[in-house]
Amino acid sequence: MRIGLFIPCYIDAFFPKVGIATLELLERFGHEVVYPRDQTCCGQPMANSGFNAECAATEALFVRNFSGFDYVVGPSGSCVHHVRDNFDAIEQSAEVKVVRARTYELVEFLHDILKVDAFPWAGFPHRVGLHNSCGTLRRLKHATPSELHEPFFSKPMDLLSKVDGIEFVKPARPDECCGFGGTFSVFEEVVSTKMGYDKVSDHARAGAEYIVSADSSCLMHQQGCAERIGVPLKFIHIAEILNGANA
Amino acid sequence: MSISPEQLLDNSMLHPEVLAGEDAYGIYRNGHRLDHAEGASKPLRSRPEPQPRGAKVHGNRPVNQAEAAGRFIAAPEHEKMHDERLWDLRQKRDREMHHIPEWEELRALASAIKEHTLTHLDEYLDQFETRARANGIHVHWARDAAEHNRIVHGILSDHGAKSLIKSKSMLTEECGFRAYMASVGIEVVETDLGERIQQLDKEDPSHVVVPAVHKLRTDVANVFANTIGTDPDNSDVHYLAEAQREATRPLILAADAGMTGGNFVVAETGTFVVCTNEGNADLSANVPKLHIASIGIEKIIPRLEHLAVLVRLLSRSALGSPMTQYTSHFRGPRAGGEMHVVLVDNGRSERLGLEEFWTSLKCIRCGACMNTCPVYRRSGGLSYGATYSGPIGLIIDPTFNARKYSNLPFASSLNGSCTNVCPVKINIHEQIYAWRRELVKRHDVPLVKKAAMKAAGELLSRPIAYRAAIASADVALAHLPRFVIYNGLNAWGKHREVPHPPKQTFHSWYKANRGGKQ
Repeated sequence: MRIGLFIPCYIDAFFPKVGIATLELLERFGHEVVYPRDQTCCGQPMANSGFNAECAATEALFVRNFSGFDYVVGPSGSCVHHVRDNFDAIEQSAEVKVVRARTYELVEFLHDILKVDAFPWAGFPHRVGLHNSCGTLRRLKHATPSELHEPFFSKPMDLLSKVDGIEFVKPARPDECCGFGGTFSVFEEVVSTKMGYDKVSDHARAGAEYIVSADSSCLMHQQGCAERIGVPLKFIHIAEILNGANA
Repeated sequence: MSISPEQLLDNSMLHPEVLAGEDAYGIYRNGHRLDHAEGASKPLRSRPEPQPRGAKVHGNRPVNQAEAAGRFIAAPEHEKMHDERLWDLRQKRDREMHHIPEWEELRALASAIKEHTLTHLDEYLDQFETRARANGIHVHWARDAAEHNRIVHGILSDHGAKSLIKSKSMLTEECGFRAYMASVGIEVVETDLGERIQQLDKEDPSHVVVPAVHKLRTDVANVFANTIGTDPDNSDVHYLAEAQREATRPLILAADAGMTGGNFVVAETGTFVVCTNEGNADLSANVPKLHIASIGIEKIIPRLEHLAVLVRLLSRSALGSPMTQYTSHFRGPRAGGEMHVVLVDNGRSERLGLEEFWTSLKCIRCGACMNTCPVYRRSGGLSYGATYSGPIGLIIDPTFNARKYSNLPFASSLNGSCTNVCPVKINIHEQIYAWRRELVKRHDVPLVKKAAMKAAGELLSRPIAYRAAIASADVALAHLPRFVIYNGLNAWGKHREVPHPPKQTFHSWYKANRGGKQ
C-alpha cells in the first residue's frame, strides 16, 4: 500500500527523530511511504483557539498534499484527531472526506490496520510510564479511559508489550491530562505548568525512567516541566521504541 | 528513582510538604488519603496561609480566570488540598461506578430521559402545574432572576415574613437572591453547613455540591472566629460544626419562612424532590409553616420511575456515595401550612433554542465534571467569577453573558474527562470547543489573538514562506512564540524549559537522506 507520511509542524521542527522513526518503522513492514514536501500543519492550532475560518487555507493545503494515498499516517494523536473530527473549515467534498477518513495515528494504524504482532528488532530494557495523551485516549480511543465502565484495552500497551525487556510502571493518576492542551499551554500558562509538574512528579514517584507517548506535544511540555523542576525523567515517542531505539 | 527534595527547592509552585523532605510523597505510599470531602480532611502541617480569593469581577468586563487561578496555585496548601479532595471524590465515583454493571446503560437512559423531557418541556410543565395545584401547591412562573426575586418577596410580604431559612440552591445564587433579600430587609440564613460558611465569609459557593471545598479548616476557624465568636486557634471539625449548630439552630427555629430548591420535579405526580446529605433541606421545608421552592424549569422529569434512574446516578457521580442521606419528596403543604413553587426560566428557554448548546440543560448538577477537571481542581471554583464554575460553567456561563464569560471556554485543555464522567452524557468538551468558535464569530476575543491567528493561518498555508520561517530548528526556536503558540507573549518559558533544538528539521533530513523520493 501507498502511505502518505504526515509529519506535523512541531515534530518537523523539534522532534525529527520521531519523524525518522515513523518513516523507518512503516517501511520495515514493506510499504511505500511518501513524505509530501509541501506539507506544513493540519490547522489545529488555529481551530483549537476558535479561529476556524483561519484554518481553511491550511486545511486545503493538507488535502492537496495527502490526496490519493491509501492511508495517511502521522505520529501525533491530537493532529490526527483534528483532521478526523474537526477539519471542517473547508467545503466537505468527496475528496476531503476521503482524506479525513484515511488519516490514522501511528499506533492505531499499526494496531488496527497493519495488525502488527511482533517487533523483533525492538528491545527497551527500561521502566516506562505510558502517557496516554487526551486526544488519543478519549477521542481516538487508544485505550479505556478510567472514567468509563467498559472492559480494559490499550492499543499502545498492546504494541509496547511486544518489545523485549520493557517494564511498565503505573502512576497514581494514569490518564490525567498533563496540561499541554495546545494553545491552553500559553493562555493558561500557570495552570498548564502546574498540571505538568504534577504529571511528571506522579510518574517519577511511580519509578519511571522514561515517559513514552504517542504525542510529542505532551512530551515537549512534560520535558520542559521536568527539566525546570529537576525531575530526572527521560522522554521518548512510541515510534522510536517500536523502531528499535534502546535508550 | 525518586526526586530528591533538594531538586525541588526554591520552587514556589510546589507544596511545602513535598519540599519538607521527610515523608515526601508519603500520602501516596501509605495509602493515607483523604476520607471524604464533606468530612474529615488530613491535617496539613501548615504555616498559616491566607485563603486566596476568587476572580476580580468588574461589571461586564471579561473575567480573567487565568489570573485568579494563578493566585490559587500560588497558595500551595490550598491548591494541594483542593486538588486532593476532589480527586478523592473522583476515585470514589469510579469505585461506585464499578459496582454497577449497567452503569453505561444508566447514563444512556438518563440522557434519553432528559432529552425527551427537554423536547417536550411545555407539556410536562403544564402537567406539573395542573397536578401540583391539585395537590394544593401554589405555582408561580418567573421569566428571569428579577421576577423570581420579586415573586418570592411578594409571598414573604403577604405573610409578613422577616426571616427566611434557606437550603443551598445554585438557582438562587444565579438570581442574586440573597443580595436582593438584604436590600428589602429580610434576613436569610443558609442551613447547609458549607453554604453557611460561604455566607458568613461573604463568598459565593465555589462548587455546586461542596460549596466551601476550597477552604482549609483553618480558614473556617478564621471565619467562625470573626462571625460567631469561636476560638480562632481551634480548627477541630467537631468543635466548629457544633459551634455553628449552636449559633444557627435558634435562627432556624425562629424563622418565618423556609426555602429549598428542587433536584427533580415530577410531572405526573405534581411533586418535587430535594436531595441533601445534612437533612438541612428538611429543616428549611418543615420548621416554618411557609415553604417556598425555587426550581429551574429544566429540572422536570415525566414520571416517578424516571427518578429512579437519575437518583442512582446523582450521588454516585457527585460524591462517590451510593445515595444521598436525605432524598425528600414534597407533594403538598402540611396541615396549616402553605407551599409555593416558583418555576424559573432565566435564560433556559433561550438556551433550549441554541442548537449546539441546548443539551447543557440536561445537567443534574452533580459536580462530577468539576471533580474530574484537572483545571478546576488547580484553579478553585471562585476563579471563574461566575455562579457555575468548572466544565459545566464553561458552557453555561456564556449563555448568560457571552462577553463577561468570554475567557472561560479557553480555561480548558479539552481533555474530555468531563464528558466521560457526566451521568447524563453532556458532550461538555465538545461544547467548550464549539463556544470558542462561537466567541470568535461574535468577536468576543482579544484583537491581538485574532491578528496572531490570522498570521498563523497565512504562514501555515504557504509552504515556501513556512519553510523560510523554520529553515532550521534553531530559527524555529527563535520564532517559538509565533511558531508553537501563535501569539506575541512568550509564556512558554516562564515555568518550563524550551525544547532543545535538533541539528536539522525532519524536512531537511528527508531532503538529505531521501532526496530522490517525492
